[in-house]
Amino acid sequence: MTWKQMFTSSIGKKLVMSFTGIFLILFLIVHVSLNACIWANDGGEMFNKGAHFMGANIVPRILEIGLFLGLILHIVQGYMLTVQNRKARSIGYAVSYGNGGSKWYSRSMALLGTLVLLFLILHLSNFWLPNRSSQGLSLGGEIDLYAKMQETFSGRDAVTVLTILVYVLGCAALGYHLAHGFQSAFKTLGVHNKRYHIMLKSLGYGFSIIVPLAFAMMPLSFHFGWL
Amino acid sequence: MEHYNMNLNLKVWRQQNGKSKGEFKMYRVEDISSEMSFLEMFDVLNEKLIQDGEEPVAFDHDCREGICGACSMYINGKPHGPWQANTTCQLHMRAFKDGDTVVVEPWRANAFPVIKDLVVDRTAFDRIIQAGGYISVNTGNAVDGNALPINKDKADASFAAAMCIGCGACVAACKNSSAMLFLSAKVSHLALLPQGEPERHSRVINMLAQMDKEGFGACTNTGACEATCPKEISLTNIAMLNKEYLTASLVADK
Ligand code: SF4
Ligand code: FES
Repeated sequence: MTWKQMFTSSIGKKLVMSFTGIFLILFLIVHVSLNACIWANDGGEMFNKGAHFMGANIVPRILEIGLFLGLILHIVQGYMLTVQNRKARSIGYAVSYGNGGSKWYSRSMALLGTLVLLFLILHLSNFWLPNRSSQGLSLGGEIDLYAKMQETFSGRDAVTVLTILVYVLGCAALGYHLAHGFQSAFKTLGVHNKRYHIMLKSLGYGFSIIVPLAFAMMPLSFHFGWL
Repeated sequence: MEHYNMNLNLKVWRQQNGKSKGEFKMYRVEDISSEMSFLEMFDVLNEKLIQDGEEPVAFDHDCREGICGACSMYINGKPHGPWQANTTCQLHMRAFKDGDTVVVEPWRANAFPVIKDLVVDRTAFDRIIQAGGYISVNTGNAVDGNALPINKDKADASFAAAMCIGCGACVAACKNSSAMLFLSAKVSHLALLPQGEPERHSRVINMLAQMDKEGFGACTNTGACEATCPKEISLTNIAMLNKEYLTASLVADK
Protein backbone atom coordinates (compact mmCIF):
# COMPACT_ATOMS: atom_id res chain seq x y z
CA MET A 1 0.00 0.00 0.00
CA THR A 2 1.78 3.12 -1.22
CA TRP A 3 0.68 6.62 -0.17
CA LYS A 4 -0.76 7.03 -3.61
CA GLN A 5 -2.83 3.85 -3.34
CA MET A 6 -3.93 4.89 0.10
CA PHE A 7 -5.53 8.07 -1.20
CA THR A 8 -6.76 6.85 -4.58
CA SER A 9 -8.82 3.82 -3.59
CA SER A 10 -12.53 4.47 -3.23
CA ILE A 11 -12.17 5.00 0.52
CA GLY A 12 -8.96 6.95 -0.05
CA LYS A 13 -10.79 9.45 -2.23
CA LYS A 14 -13.38 9.79 0.49
CA LEU A 15 -10.58 10.51 2.92
CA VAL A 16 -9.37 13.33 0.69
CA MET A 17 -12.89 14.77 0.57
CA SER A 18 -13.15 14.43 4.32
CA PHE A 19 -9.77 16.02 5.20
CA THR A 20 -10.27 18.94 2.83
CA GLY A 21 -13.89 19.29 3.95
CA ILE A 22 -12.93 19.52 7.62
CA PHE A 23 -10.21 22.01 6.72
CA LEU A 24 -12.81 24.14 4.92
CA ILE A 25 -15.14 23.85 7.93
CA LEU A 26 -12.34 25.20 10.13
CA PHE A 27 -11.92 28.07 7.71
CA LEU A 28 -15.66 28.82 7.93
CA ILE A 29 -15.36 29.10 11.70
CA VAL A 30 -12.57 31.67 11.39
CA HIS A 31 -14.37 33.53 8.62
CA VAL A 32 -17.72 33.75 10.36
CA SER A 33 -16.20 34.76 13.70
CA LEU A 34 -14.16 37.57 12.18
CA ASN A 35 -17.03 38.80 10.07
CA ALA A 36 -19.37 38.81 13.05
CA CYS A 37 -17.37 41.83 14.21
CA ILE A 38 -19.47 43.93 11.85
CA TRP A 39 -22.17 43.76 14.53
CA ALA A 40 -19.87 45.30 17.15
CA ASN A 41 -21.67 48.61 16.65
CA ASP A 42 -18.50 50.60 16.18
CA GLY A 43 -18.73 51.57 12.54
CA GLY A 44 -16.57 48.67 11.46
CA GLU A 45 -13.51 49.49 13.56
CA MET A 46 -13.20 46.07 15.14
CA PHE A 47 -14.02 44.31 11.87
CA ASN A 48 -11.34 46.22 9.97
CA LYS A 49 -8.82 45.47 12.71
CA GLY A 50 -9.58 41.78 12.27
CA ALA A 51 -9.25 42.10 8.52
CA HIS A 52 -5.95 43.89 8.99
CA PHE A 53 -4.69 41.12 11.23
CA MET A 54 -5.50 38.55 8.55
CA GLY A 55 -4.02 40.62 5.74
CA ALA A 56 -0.89 41.89 7.47
CA ASN A 57 0.21 38.70 9.14
CA ILE A 58 2.33 36.14 7.34
CA VAL A 59 0.72 33.08 8.96
CA PRO A 60 -2.85 33.61 7.68
CA ARG A 61 -1.42 34.62 4.32
CA ILE A 62 0.40 31.31 4.03
CA LEU A 63 -2.63 29.43 5.32
CA GLU A 64 -4.62 31.15 2.62
CA ILE A 65 -2.57 29.39 -0.03
CA GLY A 66 -3.33 26.11 1.69
CA LEU A 67 -6.96 27.08 1.78
CA PHE A 68 -7.09 27.57 -1.97
CA LEU A 69 -5.25 24.32 -2.59
CA GLY A 70 -7.64 22.49 -0.27
CA LEU A 71 -10.62 24.08 -1.93
CA ILE A 72 -9.43 23.17 -5.41
CA LEU A 73 -8.68 19.60 -4.33
CA HIS A 74 -12.13 19.32 -2.76
CA ILE A 75 -13.81 20.61 -5.92
CA VAL A 76 -11.82 18.58 -8.45
CA GLN A 77 -12.00 15.36 -6.44
CA GLY A 78 -15.70 15.91 -5.82
CA TYR A 79 -16.48 16.28 -9.51
CA MET A 80 -14.29 13.32 -10.43
CA LEU A 81 -16.04 11.13 -7.88
CA THR A 82 -19.44 12.23 -9.12
CA VAL A 83 -18.60 11.35 -12.71
CA GLN A 84 -17.04 8.04 -11.72
CA ASN A 85 -20.00 7.09 -9.55
CA ARG A 86 -22.48 7.95 -12.29
CA LYS A 87 -20.54 5.69 -14.66
CA ALA A 88 -21.07 2.71 -12.36
CA ARG A 89 -24.68 2.42 -13.57
CA SER A 90 -25.10 2.83 -17.33
CA ILE A 91 -28.72 1.71 -17.42
CA GLY A 92 -30.90 3.46 -14.89
CA TYR A 93 -34.17 2.41 -13.28
CA ALA A 94 -37.61 3.10 -14.72
CA VAL A 95 -38.88 3.85 -11.21
CA SER A 96 -36.35 5.68 -9.07
CA TYR A 97 -35.82 4.98 -5.41
CA GLY A 98 -36.29 8.63 -4.51
CA ASN A 99 -36.30 9.92 -0.97
CA GLY A 100 -37.26 6.63 0.66
CA GLY A 101 -33.89 5.83 2.06
CA SER A 102 -31.79 8.95 1.97
CA LYS A 103 -32.06 12.71 2.29
CA TRP A 104 -32.22 14.61 -0.99
CA TYR A 105 -29.34 16.85 -0.01
CA SER A 106 -27.10 13.87 0.73
CA ARG A 107 -27.63 12.76 -2.87
CA SER A 108 -27.17 16.27 -4.27
CA MET A 109 -23.75 17.19 -2.92
CA ALA A 110 -22.35 17.91 -6.39
CA LEU A 111 -25.23 20.20 -7.27
CA LEU A 112 -25.13 22.01 -3.92
CA GLY A 113 -21.36 22.28 -4.17
CA THR A 114 -21.68 23.79 -7.64
CA LEU A 115 -24.13 26.40 -6.32
CA VAL A 116 -21.70 27.25 -3.53
CA LEU A 117 -18.91 27.51 -6.10
CA LEU A 118 -20.92 29.91 -8.28
CA PHE A 119 -21.64 32.04 -5.25
CA LEU A 120 -17.97 31.87 -4.30
CA ILE A 121 -16.90 33.26 -7.66
CA LEU A 122 -19.11 36.29 -7.16
CA HIS A 123 -18.04 36.60 -3.54
CA LEU A 124 -14.33 36.50 -4.33
CA SER A 125 -14.71 39.07 -7.08
CA ASN A 126 -16.67 41.31 -4.69
CA PHE A 127 -14.15 41.36 -1.86
CA TRP A 128 -11.09 39.18 -2.10
CA LEU A 129 -9.99 40.27 -5.56
CA PRO A 130 -10.18 44.06 -5.05
CA ASN A 131 -8.52 43.68 -1.66
CA ARG A 132 -5.65 41.49 -2.79
CA SER A 133 -5.02 43.51 -5.91
CA SER A 134 -4.63 46.59 -3.75
CA GLN A 135 -2.24 44.68 -1.47
CA GLY A 136 -0.19 42.91 -4.08
CA LEU A 137 2.38 40.66 -2.45
CA SER A 138 2.92 42.99 0.48
CA LEU A 139 1.59 42.43 3.95
CA GLY A 140 -1.00 44.96 5.01
CA GLY A 141 -2.41 47.77 2.83
CA GLU A 142 -5.93 46.33 2.80
CA ILE A 143 -8.82 48.36 1.50
CA ASP A 144 -11.53 49.45 3.94
CA LEU A 145 -13.46 46.20 3.78
CA TYR A 146 -16.28 47.43 6.01
CA ALA A 147 -16.89 50.31 3.62
CA LYS A 148 -16.67 47.84 0.75
CA MET A 149 -19.41 45.71 2.32
CA GLN A 150 -21.52 48.80 2.83
CA GLU A 151 -21.04 49.78 -0.79
CA THR A 152 -21.83 46.28 -2.07
CA PHE A 153 -24.94 45.64 0.00
CA SER A 154 -26.66 48.86 1.01
CA GLY A 155 -27.81 50.12 -2.40
CA ARG A 156 -31.43 49.85 -3.51
CA ASP A 157 -30.62 49.18 -7.17
CA ALA A 158 -31.27 45.93 -9.03
CA VAL A 159 -27.64 44.81 -9.05
CA THR A 160 -27.40 45.06 -5.27
CA VAL A 161 -30.66 43.24 -4.72
CA LEU A 162 -29.56 40.53 -7.12
CA THR A 163 -26.19 40.25 -5.40
CA ILE A 164 -27.86 39.84 -2.02
CA LEU A 165 -30.17 37.21 -3.45
CA VAL A 166 -27.19 35.22 -4.75
CA TYR A 167 -25.52 35.54 -1.35
CA VAL A 168 -28.57 34.27 0.50
CA LEU A 169 -29.07 31.37 -1.92
CA GLY A 170 -25.36 30.58 -1.76
CA CYS A 171 -25.61 30.39 2.02
CA ALA A 172 -28.67 28.12 1.80
CA ALA A 173 -26.79 25.78 -0.55
CA LEU A 174 -23.84 25.85 1.84
CA GLY A 175 -26.16 24.94 4.72
CA TYR A 176 -27.51 21.87 2.98
CA HIS A 177 -24.04 20.92 1.74
CA LEU A 178 -22.82 21.04 5.34
CA ALA A 179 -25.87 19.23 6.72
CA HIS A 180 -24.60 16.12 4.96
CA GLY A 181 -20.92 16.95 4.64
CA PHE A 182 -20.16 17.69 8.28
CA GLN A 183 -21.26 14.35 9.71
CA SER A 184 -20.20 12.42 6.62
CA ALA A 185 -16.63 13.76 6.95
CA PHE A 186 -16.34 12.31 10.43
CA LYS A 187 -17.88 8.98 9.42
CA THR A 188 -15.24 8.78 6.71
CA LEU A 189 -12.55 9.31 9.32
CA GLY A 190 -13.92 6.22 11.01
CA VAL A 191 -15.95 7.66 13.89
CA HIS A 192 -18.26 4.76 14.59
CA ASN A 193 -18.75 4.94 18.35
CA LYS A 194 -22.39 5.73 18.90
CA ARG A 195 -21.65 8.34 21.54
CA TYR A 196 -19.39 10.41 19.31
CA HIS A 197 -21.48 9.81 16.28
CA ILE A 198 -24.64 11.19 17.89
CA MET A 199 -22.72 14.18 19.20
CA LEU A 200 -21.13 14.96 15.84
CA LYS A 201 -24.45 14.57 14.07
CA SER A 202 -26.19 17.16 16.26
CA LEU A 203 -23.12 19.39 16.10
CA GLY A 204 -23.22 19.10 12.31
CA TYR A 205 -26.87 20.07 12.04
CA GLY A 206 -26.32 22.97 14.43
CA PHE A 207 -23.29 24.14 12.49
CA SER A 208 -25.03 23.86 9.14
CA ILE A 209 -27.86 26.08 10.36
CA ILE A 210 -26.04 28.66 12.48
CA VAL A 211 -23.01 29.40 10.31
CA PRO A 212 -24.78 29.87 6.94
CA LEU A 213 -27.51 31.84 8.71
CA ALA A 214 -24.91 34.16 10.22
CA PHE A 215 -23.31 34.61 6.82
CA ALA A 216 -26.64 35.31 5.16
CA MET A 217 -27.45 37.91 7.82
CA MET A 218 -24.40 39.95 6.88
CA PRO A 219 -25.52 41.34 3.51
CA LEU A 220 -29.06 41.61 4.86
CA SER A 221 -27.83 43.60 7.85
CA PHE A 222 -26.07 46.10 5.62
CA HIS A 223 -29.03 46.33 3.30
CA PHE A 224 -31.65 46.90 5.96
CA GLY A 225 -29.40 48.85 8.29
CA TRP A 226 -29.47 46.36 11.17
CA LEU A 227 -26.07 47.46 12.33
CA MET B 1 -55.44 -10.58 8.48
CA GLU B 2 -58.18 -10.76 5.93
CA HIS B 3 -57.51 -12.86 2.90
CA TYR B 4 -58.36 -11.53 -0.55
CA ASN B 5 -57.68 -12.20 -4.20
CA MET B 6 -56.40 -9.65 -6.68
CA ASN B 7 -55.68 -9.02 -10.32
CA LEU B 8 -52.45 -7.23 -11.12
CA ASN B 9 -50.73 -5.61 -14.06
CA LEU B 10 -47.05 -6.45 -14.16
CA LYS B 11 -44.47 -4.43 -16.01
CA VAL B 12 -41.47 -6.73 -16.16
CA TRP B 13 -38.00 -6.28 -17.62
CA ARG B 14 -37.31 -8.91 -20.29
CA GLN B 15 -33.85 -9.39 -21.72
CA GLN B 16 -32.75 -12.43 -23.70
CA ASN B 17 -29.12 -12.35 -22.57
CA GLY B 18 -26.31 -10.06 -21.50
CA LYS B 19 -25.73 -8.76 -24.99
CA SER B 20 -29.26 -8.14 -26.18
CA LYS B 21 -31.18 -4.98 -25.52
CA GLY B 22 -33.97 -5.51 -23.05
CA GLU B 23 -37.39 -3.96 -22.76
CA PHE B 24 -40.38 -3.83 -20.45
CA LYS B 25 -43.31 -6.15 -21.16
CA MET B 26 -46.78 -5.90 -19.68
CA TYR B 27 -48.45 -8.99 -18.22
CA ARG B 28 -51.69 -9.52 -16.39
CA VAL B 29 -52.02 -12.03 -13.56
CA GLU B 30 -55.41 -12.95 -12.14
CA ASP B 31 -56.75 -14.41 -8.91
CA ILE B 32 -53.58 -13.88 -6.95
CA SER B 33 -54.01 -14.72 -3.29
CA SER B 34 -52.92 -12.14 -0.72
CA GLU B 35 -51.22 -15.00 1.12
CA MET B 36 -48.85 -15.77 -1.74
CA SER B 37 -45.26 -14.61 -1.73
CA PHE B 38 -44.06 -12.35 -4.51
CA LEU B 39 -42.08 -15.20 -6.03
CA GLU B 40 -45.12 -17.50 -5.97
CA MET B 41 -46.97 -14.83 -7.88
CA PHE B 42 -44.16 -15.01 -10.44
CA ASP B 43 -44.53 -18.80 -10.49
CA VAL B 44 -48.18 -18.31 -11.43
CA LEU B 45 -47.18 -15.90 -14.16
CA ASN B 46 -44.55 -18.30 -15.48
CA GLU B 47 -46.96 -21.25 -15.58
CA LYS B 48 -49.32 -19.14 -17.61
CA LEU B 49 -46.51 -18.07 -19.94
CA ILE B 50 -45.44 -21.68 -20.44
CA GLN B 51 -49.04 -22.72 -21.20
CA ASP B 52 -49.23 -19.92 -23.75
CA GLY B 53 -46.02 -21.13 -25.36
CA GLU B 54 -44.03 -18.11 -24.24
CA GLU B 55 -40.71 -18.08 -22.48
CA PRO B 56 -41.02 -17.82 -18.65
CA VAL B 57 -39.43 -14.91 -16.83
CA ALA B 58 -36.02 -15.84 -15.44
CA PHE B 59 -35.45 -14.78 -11.83
CA ASP B 60 -33.03 -15.80 -9.08
CA HIS B 61 -34.25 -17.65 -6.01
CA ASP B 62 -33.11 -20.44 -3.77
CA CYS B 63 -34.14 -20.72 -0.11
CA ARG B 64 -37.37 -18.71 -0.37
CA GLU B 65 -37.13 -18.08 3.34
CA GLY B 66 -35.07 -14.92 3.46
CA ILE B 67 -31.67 -16.38 4.25
CA CYS B 68 -29.78 -17.02 1.03
CA GLY B 69 -29.88 -13.63 -0.67
CA ALA B 70 -30.53 -15.06 -4.14
CA CYS B 71 -33.84 -13.37 -4.86
CA SER B 72 -33.20 -9.97 -6.34
CA MET B 73 -36.00 -7.86 -7.73
CA TYR B 74 -36.29 -4.11 -7.80
CA ILE B 75 -40.01 -3.70 -7.19
CA ASN B 76 -41.79 -0.37 -7.67
CA GLY B 77 -38.62 1.60 -7.16
CA LYS B 78 -37.21 -0.31 -4.19
CA PRO B 79 -34.95 -3.34 -3.93
CA HIS B 80 -36.93 -6.25 -2.42
CA GLY B 81 -40.16 -4.28 -2.63
CA PRO B 82 -42.06 -1.98 -0.27
CA TRP B 83 -41.56 -3.71 3.08
CA GLN B 84 -38.75 -2.85 5.47
CA ALA B 85 -36.11 -5.42 6.41
CA ASN B 86 -37.47 -7.93 3.97
CA THR B 87 -36.39 -10.02 1.00
CA THR B 88 -38.37 -10.44 -2.22
CA CYS B 89 -39.19 -14.05 -1.35
CA GLN B 90 -40.64 -12.94 1.98
CA LEU B 91 -42.66 -10.13 0.44
CA HIS B 92 -46.29 -11.18 0.51
CA MET B 93 -48.94 -10.18 -1.94
CA ARG B 94 -50.94 -8.47 0.78
CA ALA B 95 -48.51 -5.62 0.19
CA PHE B 96 -50.54 -4.93 -2.97
CA LYS B 97 -54.14 -4.10 -3.83
CA ASP B 98 -56.40 -5.34 -6.59
CA GLY B 99 -55.70 -3.50 -9.85
CA ASP B 100 -52.18 -2.35 -8.90
CA THR B 101 -49.51 -2.03 -11.53
CA VAL B 102 -46.20 -3.44 -10.29
CA VAL B 103 -42.94 -2.57 -12.03
CA VAL B 104 -40.20 -5.18 -11.66
CA GLU B 105 -36.62 -4.48 -12.73
CA PRO B 106 -33.31 -6.27 -12.24
CA TRP B 107 -30.57 -4.79 -9.98
CA ARG B 108 -28.94 -2.04 -12.00
CA ALA B 109 -25.19 -1.71 -11.69
CA ASN B 110 -22.45 -2.27 -14.22
CA ALA B 111 -20.74 -4.56 -11.73
CA PHE B 112 -23.91 -6.71 -11.76
CA PRO B 113 -24.51 -7.34 -15.46
CA VAL B 114 -27.86 -8.81 -16.47
CA ILE B 115 -27.61 -12.50 -17.41
CA LYS B 116 -31.24 -12.88 -18.40
CA ASP B 117 -34.46 -11.01 -17.56
CA LEU B 118 -34.29 -10.34 -13.82
CA VAL B 119 -31.18 -12.43 -13.14
CA VAL B 120 -27.95 -10.54 -12.63
CA ASP B 121 -24.41 -11.82 -12.23
CA ARG B 122 -23.32 -11.21 -8.64
CA THR B 123 -20.08 -13.17 -8.72
CA ALA B 124 -18.29 -9.86 -8.10
CA PHE B 125 -19.33 -10.33 -4.47
CA ASP B 126 -17.77 -13.79 -4.39
CA ARG B 127 -14.50 -12.39 -5.69
CA ILE B 128 -14.54 -9.68 -3.01
CA ILE B 129 -15.00 -12.34 -0.34
CA GLN B 130 -12.24 -14.46 -1.86
CA ALA B 131 -9.90 -11.49 -1.64
CA GLY B 132 -9.98 -11.51 2.16
CA GLY B 133 -13.26 -12.49 3.75
CA TYR B 134 -11.81 -15.48 5.53
CA ILE B 135 -9.79 -16.40 8.61
CA SER B 136 -6.93 -18.84 9.07
CA VAL B 137 -7.80 -21.92 11.09
CA ASN B 138 -5.35 -24.66 11.92
CA THR B 139 -6.46 -28.17 11.19
CA GLY B 140 -6.58 -30.70 13.98
CA ASN B 141 -8.89 -30.98 16.93
CA ALA B 142 -11.60 -28.37 17.24
CA VAL B 143 -10.63 -25.71 19.79
CA ASP B 144 -12.78 -25.38 22.89
CA GLY B 145 -15.39 -22.74 22.11
CA ASN B 146 -14.87 -21.01 25.44
CA ALA B 147 -11.09 -20.83 25.23
CA LEU B 148 -11.17 -17.38 23.63
CA PRO B 149 -12.82 -14.67 25.71
CA ILE B 150 -14.92 -12.36 23.54
CA ASN B 151 -16.67 -9.24 24.73
CA LYS B 152 -20.43 -9.79 24.50
CA ASP B 153 -21.19 -6.42 22.84
CA LYS B 154 -18.54 -7.07 20.23
CA ALA B 155 -19.81 -10.58 19.62
CA ASP B 156 -23.31 -9.16 19.12
CA ALA B 157 -22.10 -6.43 16.78
CA SER B 158 -20.11 -9.00 14.84
CA PHE B 159 -23.13 -11.25 14.60
CA ALA B 160 -25.30 -8.37 13.38
CA ALA B 161 -22.76 -7.71 10.62
CA ALA B 162 -22.56 -11.41 9.80
CA MET B 163 -26.29 -11.33 9.03
CA CYS B 164 -25.49 -9.92 5.56
CA ILE B 165 -26.74 -12.44 3.00
CA GLY B 166 -24.90 -10.88 0.07
CA CYS B 167 -28.08 -10.08 -1.83
CA GLY B 168 -26.75 -6.88 -3.39
CA ALA B 169 -29.77 -4.72 -2.59
CA CYS B 170 -27.42 -2.14 -1.11
CA VAL B 171 -25.72 -1.77 -4.49
CA ALA B 172 -29.07 -1.67 -6.26
CA ALA B 173 -30.36 1.11 -4.00
CA CYS B 174 -27.23 3.24 -3.97
CA LYS B 175 -27.08 6.16 -6.37
CA ASN B 176 -23.37 5.41 -6.77
CA SER B 177 -23.85 1.63 -7.18
CA SER B 178 -21.45 1.26 -4.29
CA ALA B 179 -20.96 -2.07 -2.53
CA MET B 180 -19.64 -0.39 0.59
CA LEU B 181 -22.37 -1.65 2.94
CA PHE B 182 -21.75 -5.23 1.86
CA LEU B 183 -17.98 -4.83 2.17
CA SER B 184 -18.30 -3.13 5.54
CA ALA B 185 -20.48 -5.94 6.86
CA LYS B 186 -17.91 -8.52 5.80
CA VAL B 187 -14.97 -6.55 7.17
CA SER B 188 -16.46 -5.60 10.55
CA HIS B 189 -17.85 -9.06 11.09
CA LEU B 190 -14.30 -10.40 11.23
CA ALA B 191 -12.54 -7.31 12.57
CA LEU B 192 -14.67 -7.44 15.72
CA LEU B 193 -13.56 -10.95 16.63
CA PRO B 194 -10.17 -12.21 17.82
CA GLN B 195 -10.30 -14.88 15.10
CA GLY B 196 -10.15 -12.14 12.50
CA GLU B 197 -7.04 -10.55 13.96
CA PRO B 198 -4.22 -12.24 11.95
CA GLU B 199 -5.49 -11.01 8.56
CA ARG B 200 -7.07 -7.85 9.92
CA HIS B 201 -5.03 -5.35 7.90
CA SER B 202 -4.48 -7.25 4.69
CA ARG B 203 -8.16 -8.18 4.62
CA VAL B 204 -9.55 -4.67 4.39
CA ILE B 205 -6.94 -3.52 1.90
CA ASN B 206 -7.34 -6.52 -0.41
CA MET B 207 -11.13 -6.66 -0.27
CA LEU B 208 -11.40 -2.95 -1.00
CA ALA B 209 -8.96 -3.25 -3.90
CA GLN B 210 -11.08 -6.05 -5.34
CA MET B 211 -14.28 -4.05 -4.87
CA ASP B 212 -12.77 -1.10 -6.74
CA LYS B 213 -11.60 -3.44 -9.50
CA GLU B 214 -15.12 -4.80 -9.98
CA GLY B 215 -16.39 -1.37 -10.96
CA PHE B 216 -18.67 -0.48 -8.06
CA GLY B 217 -18.98 3.21 -7.28
CA ALA B 218 -17.61 4.96 -4.22
CA CYS B 219 -19.65 5.53 -1.09
CA THR B 220 -20.94 8.99 -0.20
CA ASN B 221 -22.73 8.05 3.03
CA THR B 222 -26.27 8.76 1.79
CA GLY B 223 -27.73 5.84 3.73
CA ALA B 224 -30.00 4.48 0.98
CA CYS B 225 -28.35 1.07 1.43
CA GLU B 226 -29.10 0.82 5.12
CA ALA B 227 -32.75 1.70 4.49
CA THR B 228 -33.23 -1.06 1.96
CA CYS B 229 -31.07 -3.82 3.43
CA PRO B 230 -33.19 -6.88 4.27
CA LYS B 231 -30.90 -7.66 7.20
CA GLU B 232 -30.75 -4.09 8.48
CA ILE B 233 -26.98 -3.93 8.26
CA SER B 234 -26.10 -0.65 9.96
CA LEU B 235 -24.29 2.25 8.32
CA THR B 236 -22.05 2.23 11.39
CA ASN B 237 -20.26 -0.67 9.73
CA ILE B 238 -19.14 1.66 6.96
CA ALA B 239 -17.61 4.03 9.51
CA MET B 240 -15.92 1.00 11.06
CA LEU B 241 -14.66 -0.08 7.65
CA ASN B 242 -13.22 3.40 7.12
CA LYS B 243 -11.42 3.18 10.44
CA GLU B 244 -10.09 -0.28 9.55
CA TYR B 245 -8.86 1.06 6.22
CA LEU B 246 -7.25 4.15 7.71
CA THR B 247 -5.34 2.17 10.34
CA ALA B 248 -4.39 -0.62 7.95
CA SER B 249 -3.04 1.75 5.33
CA LEU B 250 -1.21 3.89 7.88
CA VAL B 251 0.65 0.97 9.42
CA ALA B 252 1.26 -0.90 6.16
CA ASP B 253 4.90 -1.77 5.64
CA LYS B 254 5.33 -0.94 2.01
S1 SF4 C 1 -25.51 -5.45 3.27
FE1 SF4 C 1 -27.72 -5.93 3.25
S2 SF4 C 1 -28.38 -5.27 1.21
FE2 SF4 C 1 -26.16 -5.44 1.13
S3 SF4 C 1 -25.73 -7.50 0.41
FE3 SF4 C 1 -25.72 -7.61 2.66
S4 SF4 C 1 -27.83 -8.16 3.20
FE4 SF4 C 1 -27.92 -7.48 1.06
S1 FES D 1 -34.74 -16.78 -2.07
FE1 FES D 1 -33.32 -16.95 -0.45
S2 FES D 1 -33.45 -14.97 0.44
FE2 FES D 1 -35.03 -14.91 -1.03
